[in-house]
Amino acid sequence: MATDFQSASALKRVRGLGSAGSGVRHWWLQRVTAAGNLVLLIWFVASVLLLPTLDHGSVVAWIAQPLVAVPLLLLIFSTFWHARLGLQVMIEDYVHAEGLKLLAFIALNFFIMAAGAVAAFSVLAIAFGA
Amino acid sequence: MADSRPLSPHLSIWKWRVHMATSIFHRISGNALAFAGLILFVWWLAAAATSKEAYEAFAAVAGSSLGWIVWVGLSWMFFQHLMSGVRHLLMDSGWGYAPGTSKLTATLVFIGAVLLTAAFWAVFFFGPGLR
Repeated sequence: MATDFQSASALKRVRGLGSAGSGVRHWWLQRVTAAGNLVLLIWFVASVLLLPTLDHGSVVAWIAQPLVAVPLLLLIFSTFWHARLGLQVMIEDYVHAEGLKLLAFIALNFFIMAAGAVAAFSVLAIAFGA
Repeated sequence: MADSRPLSPHLSIWKWRVHMATSIFHRISGNALAFAGLILFVWWLAAAATSKEAYEAFAAVAGSSLGWIVWVGLSWMFFQHLMSGVRHLLMDSGWGYAPGTSKLTATLVFIGAVLLTAAFWAVFFFGPGLR
């Protein structure tokens, strides 16, 4: 098995730094959120397929249940965080001008935070009957 | 580019193999889900929370012929990303680097994604729910 990678120097291994200049935190969070997504999205897809209809009444009645609203909030948190990490890697790979890269990171964070806030607020509004 | 340092060889120089296609499709499917999937998901939730009329405006777009094309495409991208994501997690554990195994799992990602997409729509139209 060719898995005994020894590409990092001793100092880099001690500090947990690779060629990206930062540690393994990004890589690890991508894996943790991936595992969360796997469980939560299988639940979500199966649940939606078992709904009686997809019209307003049945969707709202479904989301209003605590055992749906809470996993749905977890799903928003896990998938949106995973999306942010993945889009960050794409920006790092294709945007090479430093200023433009910084702007792209800021736009990405605004996009994910705004979309996540709207999604979470919508679930809470339905769950609390607003 | 700010400078002209040498770059590592890019797409054009490599012989195409299924592993490459799996990797590239992981990125394509991930971005499709992170943009189109995420925006449609937020619109669906926000419309449901706003009003019956807002939800029906979403449903009209979602149920149009363009909408159906997007849903079929997104469901395929979802299962493609799910399958190659699981392959990533297995390889992160140290498994599956032998050339034969790696090629087999890369191929199975494509076959599995198409089969899961077909199964999803079969259950959508003929399953116990959604009458």
